[in-house]
Amino acid sequence: MKNVTLLLEDGTAFHGKSFGYEKPVAGEVVFNTAMMGYPESLTDPSYAGQMMVLTYPLVGNYGVPAFSIESNGIATFMESEKIHAEAIIVSDYSTEYSHWNAKESLADWLKREHIPGITGIDTRQLTKVLREHGVMMGKILFDDEPNNIPTAQYEGVNYIAKVSCKEVIHYQSNQNNLKKVVLVDCGVKNNIIRCLLKRCVEVIRVPWDYDFNTLDFDGLFLANGPGDPDTAVDTVKNIKKFLDAEKAKAEKGGKVRPCMGICMGNQLLSKAAGAKIYKLKYGHRSHNQPVQQVGTQRCFITSQNHGYAVDSKTLPSDWEPLFVNMNDGSNEGICHKKFPWFSAQFHPEAASGPVDTEYLFDDFVKLL
Amino acid sequence: MIDSNIKKVLLLGSGALKIGEAGEFDYSGSQALKALKEEGIETVLINPNIATVQTSEGVADKIYFLPVTPFFVEKVIQKEKPQGILLAFGGQTALNCGVELYQQKILEKYNVKVLGTPVQAIIDTEDRELFVKKLDEIDVKTIKSHACETIEEARKAAADLGYPVIIRAAYALGGLGSGFCDNEEELNKLAEKAFSFSPQVLVEKSLKGWKEIEYEVVRDRFDNCITVCNMENFDPLGIHTGESIVIAPSQTLTNSEYHKLRALAIKIIRHIGIVGECNVQYAFDPNSEDYRVIEVNARLSRSSALASKATGYPLAFVAAKLGLGYGLFDLKNSVTKTTSAFFEPALDYVVCKIPRWDLGKFRGVDRELGSSMKSVGEVMAIGRTFEEAIQKGLRMIGQGLHGFVGNKELKIDDVEAALKAPTDKRVLVVEKALHSGYTVDQIHDLTKIDKWFLQKLQNILNTYVELQEKGAIQHVDVELMRRAKVQGFTDFQISRAVGLEALIDPEIATKLVRELRKQMGIVPVVKQIDTLAAEYPAQTNYLYLTYSGVAHDIAYENDRNSIIVLGSGAYRIGSSVEFDWCGVQALNTIRKNGYRSVMINYNPETVSTDYDMCDRLYFDELTFERVMDIIELENPHGVIVSTGGQIPNNLAMRLDSERVPILGTSAKSIDNAEDRDKFSAMCDRIGVDQPAWAALTSMDDINQFIEKVGFPVLVRPSYVLSGAAMNVCSNQDELERFLQLAANISKKHPVVVSKFHEHNKEIEMDAVAKDGEIIAYAISEHIEFAGVHSGDATIQFPPQKIYVETVRQIKKVSKKIAKELNISGPFNIQFLAEQNHLRVIECNLRASRSFPFVSKVLKLNLIELATKIMLGLPFERPEKNLFDLDYVGIKASQFSFNRLQKADPVLGVDMASTGEVGCIGDDTASALLCAMLSVGHRIPKKGILLSTGPGKQKADMLRAAQQLIEHGYQLYATGGTSRYLAENGIENTLVHWPSEEGQQPQALDLLHSHDIDMVVNVPKNLSVGELTNGYKIRRAAIDLNIPLITNSRLASAFIDAFCTKSLDDIEIKAWSEF
Repeated sequence: MKNVTLLLEDGTAFHGKSFGYEKPVAGEVVFNTAMMGYPESLTDPSYAGQMMVLTYPLVGNYGVPAFSIESNGIATFMESEKIHAEAIIVSDYSTEYSHWNAKESLADWLKREHIPGITGIDTRQLTKVLREHGVMMGKILFDDEPNNIPTAQYEGVNYIAKVSCKEVIHYQSNQNNLKKVVLVDCGVKNNIIRCLLKRCVEVIRVPWDYDFNTLDFDGLFLANGPGDPDTAVDTVKNIKKFLDAEKAKAEKGGKVRPCMGICMGNQLLSKAAGAKIYKLKYGHRSHNQPVQQVGTQRCFITSQNHGYAVDSKTLPSDWEPLFVNMNDGSNEGICHKKFPWFSAQFHPEAASGPVDTEYLFDDFVKLL
Repeated sequence: MIDSNIKKVLLLGSGALKIGEAGEFDYSGSQALKALKEEGIETVLINPNIATVQTSEGVADKIYFLPVTPFFVEKVIQKEKPQGILLAFGGQTALNCGVELYQQKILEKYNVKVLGTPVQAIIDTEDRELFVKKLDEIDVKTIKSHACETIEEARKAAADLGYPVIIRAAYALGGLGSGFCDNEEELNKLAEKAFSFSPQVLVEKSLKGWKEIEYEVVRDRFDNCITVCNMENFDPLGIHTGESIVIAPSQTLTNSEYHKLRALAIKIIRHIGIVGECNVQYAFDPNSEDYRVIEVNARLSRSSALASKATGYPLAFVAAKLGLGYGLFDLKNSVTKTTSAFFEPALDYVVCKIPRWDLGKFRGVDRELGSSMKSVGEVMAIGRTFEEAIQKGLRMIGQGLHGFVGNKELKIDDVEAALKAPTDKRVLVVEKALHSGYTVDQIHDLTKIDKWFLQKLQNILNTYVELQEKGAIQHVDVELMRRAKVQGFTDFQISRAVGLEALIDPEIATKLVRELRKQMGIVPVVKQIDTLAAEYPAQTNYLYLTYSGVAHDIAYENDRNSIIVLGSGAYRIGSSVEFDWCGVQALNTIRKNGYRSVMINYNPETVSTDYDMCDRLYFDELTFERVMDIIELENPHGVIVSTGGQIPNNLAMRLDSERVPILGTSAKSIDNAEDRDKFSAMCDRIGVDQPAWAALTSMDDINQFIEKVGFPVLVRPSYVLSGAAMNVCSNQDELERFLQLAANISKKHPVVVSKFHEHNKEIEMDAVAKDGEIIAYAISEHIEFAGVHSGDATIQFPPQKIYVETVRQIKKVSKKIAKELNISGPFNIQFLAEQNHLRVIECNLRASRSFPFVSKVLKLNLIELATKIMLGLPFERPEKNLFDLDYVGIKASQFSFNRLQKADPVLGVDMASTGEVGCIGDDTASALLCAMLSVGHRIPKKGILLSTGPGKQKADMLRAAQQLIEHGYQLYATGGTSRYLAENGIENTLVHWPSEEGQQPQALDLLHSHDIDMVVNVPKNLSVGELTNGYKIRRAAIDLNIPLITNSRLASAFIDAFCTKSLDDIEIKAWSEF
């Protein structure tokens, strides 16, 4: 294994060994405290542009399942069609793996997908540095090569455009499809599609900047996605159009179509409603984020992966916070006071992470 | 938010430590009491385990040292009138007692509310049938048996369940006619055989080789649920989780598997209606996502204590708050203090629990591990690699291991057979197999241990071999050295691997490696356990050391204000909760006096490893290497080695040689007391008698010595703990056989042979001295004569039946010894008294097992006093005198023979008890009754079987036998005893030994028919022949749950107590009321 150095923007260096694809790389360095689920996380499009640090030290234990594709075009086990993270940074990579469902090792997979992986890093110390300083840009450099790659840019880059589908894709559920849901793909995770299909709806997946208002559908679903929500100007515009049209319909006594958002979807819905977004110091990336439904005694453990948050104070008067983070009080979801529009900053579809809030999909489908 | 009617709460403790129910309940009970106290609720505790922290002053408002049985609990309820009761914090003992109280409507009668999980939910989880039904309601799979009357039915059941299946003949003992079937053909064959044993055959799905996974789940009354921790067993299903190495978090589960089981656990806890904490155990298919629920424990458990320590999440504390009606969202994470208690800890380390067995102490015990628990303690090791954690853990269990590799070679004839039939040597067998060339796949096939674990173990071995190949320490480069340390190698292991340890003194070799390593810049770093994997800043003082890291989490003050207390390590026979109590008292005293209290310990079942108990907790090894690492970082004012039993005591000399400031008695004095030669020379010098002894290295010398003193003799190596490998030999044959064993145990120290004095009284002196002057002392007396290990003996304090002259001499001799060794701190001397002639058996310059007992009976905290003295602080000279006490304390021992299949439940010089209780009474009878009932004895109702051993003991028992007759008991006696009783005019029925075949009545039959409900069986001597004779009767008594006493003096005292005192006459008094 080659010696590598992780060099952070502030000059801090960590030394380790390469176990993945051998190429220098740059990106935003973020940490995730989940203790399992590396195949899901690596293929989560929300990690585009980021180098993922895992605080749980032992990684690779159960290998990687086959990258098989189901008849509906969705990968059986993965969250998208490829690894989206720029690199994975761990403390103790397990060269040998053991699992009935594994087809290859994490190292082999990374090499196949040309993604660097480094091990032997004190990821706890690295996390503390990121926590104190906030997320930083970083580079993985090979010690036998000069530092000749450019520094990465994260903020302001439209990662959504990079990972979104390029054309409309239709997914049929196995049952008779009664309702149609438009899914705006800002970098959607497969499990959102699976969760919808499981509930017998037809999914129309559209590119991030596609004007879905022209389509015939029963409900709108705003997916997760990477990067800076301010870059998704077109999406926000389309959502706003939808909200305004529905409001107008309501005034005429018509039925308002429901809308649900997840993660980036929460932020874009908030923006469309008129709220402001800010960047968190180091984001929420874990499987153990506690949220409370506002005004109730109901609490949930959630899976999260986001670096930006909605500023609840800037929500217009017809909207209110739906969930709040019990650790830092940040916004975890919003809902409209009158209409069936709501969103969650966390991931009810999990994969990876706890499945306690999957009921939100039921709520959404019931509203269709 | 919470029920304001609840002003006083009764908490049931778990009683004496026993196999399967140990110190973890002191921890959970203490946490619960703390949680209640915080709410201003008055607390009442019933727990006869006097050595626990929870039964110390200030933890509960009122403490009753009484048996945790419905009879006594009702009396306390009557007296105290609590509004609430907590049943989930005292293990199975408290839970069972609570269920009985509920079913007998006692709780209803006194209007006592059960806080937390409702009793019906407990019953639903405890009753197998109800449990299966309950989980069926929500389509959760359990392990089910199908009862079949015909082969066709069996075939159908097997097809429904899916092969492989296990079939057993119903009502057949010892597994007759049972076995595994992989297909229908095998089933046909086996079922036919099974039906020949029994008309009914049970078919179950075989889960052989399935993984065993546990989740700790918490729920509040608002239905909010979290899983605090999951754990994976290293050993597959079939080995009790208490017998298995356990890893947290799980290592071989994917995200989907982890969350599938997690979601199920939450579904189950909601359906059952737990309020508080519970544990869900799964069997999990290693080849699919299929699962079965094994069981649900609706209470705090050993696993929950482990989970608390593994994650830093205070489960018991939170469960108690939830019981009061709080929601999880009301509570804060007690580590970060800012984030919510409604969260699931994220670990950034791996935890490895390893059981500690003491099977070597039991004659005849079955060593094979299975579905029942035999281990007496456990350790928890924390690392950032699996290799580091398991190597630490193997050292921690304190059985002479240096880690996974570098140990003395294990002799196994058939490795394959040993792999298939796991014993307490399980891990060592795996090492042996890897070493002798078995592949990971082969070992997996034979053991079903997941290949991931085996591969990690292979990594350790590979590094060891690589070090070996270097051949010399100077050839080891930085990279290899670092890898070895990251994989948890000690400097000693490295020195042994490269061959250095064989060349020079091992201690010097180790030191050389240490110096070289430090020159390479390879040193451990200190990391915090913060529950959130560094996501949030935490001021936590819960620490461990690792080589997988580049920076410390904490900054050291270097103010020389730290006092390090060395803990007592794994609970084992001879060292358990009493040393935890001592450690905690020392910590409290240190803290109160303005020093920084620092604890090093690694036992998850303790209160001393609760991070709230000290200013800094290092959950790490007590090896010389690790203790030095910590001392170098802490730069302490001093180190206390005298409150943690033998482990810290044994480190004293080496620490001293590194110029570590040891507080209290000097290391040199400790050595002078530990080293028999030095101690004996001192005794001779100051005119103190000892039993004749000699340290000998050859058989000829031993024979010569015995010619002089005569049999019986006591044989043991020096530096022993609780008589490990110690034995009484009555004749030449026994002597020679035993010595072969003993010689294997210690190379460094010679074998010690001493004259064994029979029929002597044994007396203990527990005391605290300052600069050689005794400041406080407690003299206590064994009820049994010498020959029963002091840890097994029943002890009365103050002494009730020793001569004033004896007491005077004890004080005189103790004074001389204290002065000569210039003791400052706690110490203990054990005496033999032959009439008024005293002999010193041993002297320990540390706290002894009986310190909490005598401290609490005397109501004088001897450890607090000792700690003040060691710290050089002013102290008050106690004015209390033990002869002024108006009451008496009795300490009785708890045995766990029922868990130790085939072990002979006889007592000897080697300690066998796993725990103890201490009860206080206005008179000896009351105290003894409470104590004996607390350790599982019952007052007989019908018949008593007497086999009272040799002549003197027979005579001892005569009065007791007479009393029994007067109280209307039926006496049964074996040959000699029957004759003796008849000769003395005591009516009895002659019964026959199992060896007297064909003669009626047979003792065993009467035991089986329960006509006998108490057995007194005193072996004549400890010779093999004599022991075998009574073995079957003793074992049957244990297996049939009939109280057994094997000592005539204890039997007499107990019989006298229940014949002169009825339970209703015992006054129910709290500790503070004496």
